[in-house]
Amino acid sequence: MLSEIERRELEDAVKHYPDKRGAAIDALLTIQRRRGWISDDTLFEIAQFLEITAEDLDSVATFYNLVFRKPVGRHVAFMCDSISCWIKGCEQVQEQIKKLYDVDLGQTTSDGRLTVLPIACLGQCERAPALLIDQDVYGNVTPEKIEQIVEKYK
Amino acid sequence: MERPLTQHIHPDGTTRTLREYVKTGGYRCLQRLSSGLAPKDLQRLVTDAGLRGRGGGGFLTGTKWSFVPMGADAPKPKYIVANGDEMEPGTFKDRVLMEGDPHGLVEGMILAGYAIDAEVGYIFLRGEYHLSAQRLTEAIAEAYAAGYLGTPLPGTGFRFDLHLHASAGRYICGEETALINALEGKRAVPRAKPPFPQTVGLWGKPTVVQNVETLYNIPHIVNQGSDWYHRLSRTQDGGTKIYGISGRVANPGWWELPLGTTAREVLEQHAGGMADGVCFRGLLPGGISTAFMTEEHLDLPLDFSSIPPEIGRLGTATMIVLDDHTCPVGFVLNLEKFFARESCGWCTPCREGLPWVAKLLMSFEEGRATSEDLSLLKMHTKWLAPGHTFCGLAPGAMAPLQSALKYFHDDFERHISTRGCPWSKKSSQQKVLV
Ligand SMILES: Cc1cc2nc3c(=O)[nH]c(=O)nc-3n(C[C@H](O)[C@H](O)[C@H](O)COP(=O)(O)O)c2cc1C
Ligand code: SF4
Ligand code: FES
Repeated sequence: MLSEIERRELEDAVKHYPDKRGAAIDALLTIQRRRGWISDDTLFEIAQFLEITAEDLDSVATFYNLVFRKPVGRHVAFMCDSISCWIKGCEQVQEQIKKLYDVDLGQTTSDGRLTVLPIACLGQCERAPALLIDQDVYGNVTPEKIEQIVEKYK
Repeated sequence: MERPLTQHIHPDGTTRTLREYVKTGGYRCLQRLSSGLAPKDLQRLVTDAGLRGRGGGGFLTGTKWSFVPMGADAPKPKYIVANGDEMEPGTFKDRVLMEGDPHGLVEGMILAGYAIDAEVGYIFLRGEYHLSAQRLTEAIAEAYAAGYLGTPLPGTGFRFDLHLHASAGRYICGEETALINALEGKRAVPRAKPPFPQTVGLWGKPTVVQNVETLYNIPHIVNQGSDWYHRLSRTQDGGTKIYGISGRVANPGWWELPLGTTAREVLEQHAGGMADGVCFRGLLPGGISTAFMTEEHLDLPLDFSSIPPEIGRLGTATMIVLDDHTCPVGFVLNLEKFFARESCGWCTPCREGLPWVAKLLMSFEEGRATSEDLSLLKMHTKWLAPGHTFCGLAPGAMAPLQSALKYFHDDFERHISTRGCPWSKKSSQQKVLV
């Protein structure tokens, strides 16, 4: 069941739109911030709040990159793999992450600490290669620097 | 050289508060609305200024506004939307503005809203721009508290509300009709045009979608006039432009420069030329949906009117440079993998064609390609050309491919004749996986 706080947050989100459905994406992201990901049960609860079917909401949830329909780790690292970062060696950074933490793109470390996902250009191309961990942006990342960065996220 | 959009942005990356913004003339032009500047006058001012959309299309902003139904019989409410999706690879200009001077967007939105008599605005922001989101949220709250938002502007009866929508991520959300679906809480697939959003948009109401940088120009046009705005530029298109550059150049970055600045000036004077040890081979002038330019094009004025269509178009004016240590085929493969992944899947040529293109390019990189594959690539640039797909994503994807096949033909041939990528040992790039 949606908690008191969650319900209040959803009610706030709905205020920005002429109908409840308009807040579908905000609602998914809002609840995901609290619960980490959108499980089937969560999906049902949000759909009920928005007064749309769970199938309808799932068609939205599965369309967008930042809505997680599978559990993720305590932290999520988004590795830009677009052109400017590719030119500047993002693949070597990713290789290094794999070596250090034994995770491929799309996977979570066995201790549930970190999920690594590919992402489209982060708009930080002048300091490529770039990386986003949770809400923090890192630029000019190198294989040598990556361990020091990731170690901040336990 | 005047830099109206960015001159006050703090070099240390901190944001500008409402106090600072007002001190440098911010929100001053709202008084002109109060003293009788009518929506039609504002539209005319922007038309006379020759402001062209900075989202990549270069459409005349005043002309776009002129399609919106006005007057007492017009449908209500009308909407103005700032397109801050900025997911075009290589592009980072809107972020610079939103992080550095968030109130400029709020003021631009109020003015654009006033011009088309829209009482509600949305800023559609890509979800990964957390810092922009935080600063815009603060700026919106400050503008409400100061009475710029949410209360009628004195003497006008015009009241404007502004909301921030953080996207959940997909490149196609930047396409304006897909963006409208996303704002309505649906899958972001494009809508058929016509009807155009200016008449039937968000929740069926008249809606104008405008790029973030476009909106930042409007307060300055109102304050200083259309003649001044024209003088900022070197060509017939008005104003300055944020030009950016990334890739292996000495000093990647962004600069606000007169429209019509050449790529050579940006590359050599501002970015300090190529990085040590590499040579220039080509560049995409504005994001990855634009065609390559090579040495012979470097002295073209970069604006929306001076680049001949057979060469290409400006796009977002944030350039990506290809150097001689980077394989052009690998470069284009990276682009096409992006497009294949971000295709919304709505129409068949794009959904099926783009992964095919990526696989073909992969076969070049892995040394399996034949001359038949080269012809297949060329055919795709026709199959996915404008008019063959439901929206502009797939034709955009063909621009760099088609031009690469033209300018780097020998490099494609060499992948076939040497059965592999000539760069795979020389360069530091790893194998690229589809
Ligand atoms: C696939 C695709 C992605 C787009 N992405 C963006 C974007 O991120 N930002 C943007 O302003 N315009 C983007 N556009 C262009 C918009 O559809 C629209 O033309 C633009 O926002 C209009 O604003 P302007 O007239 O101020 O340029 C995109 C277009 C397509 C076809
Ligand atoms: S061209 Fe691609 S992105 Fe555009 S509607 Fe068709 S499938 Fe979707
Ligand atoms: S290409 Fe990686 S941040 Fe733009």
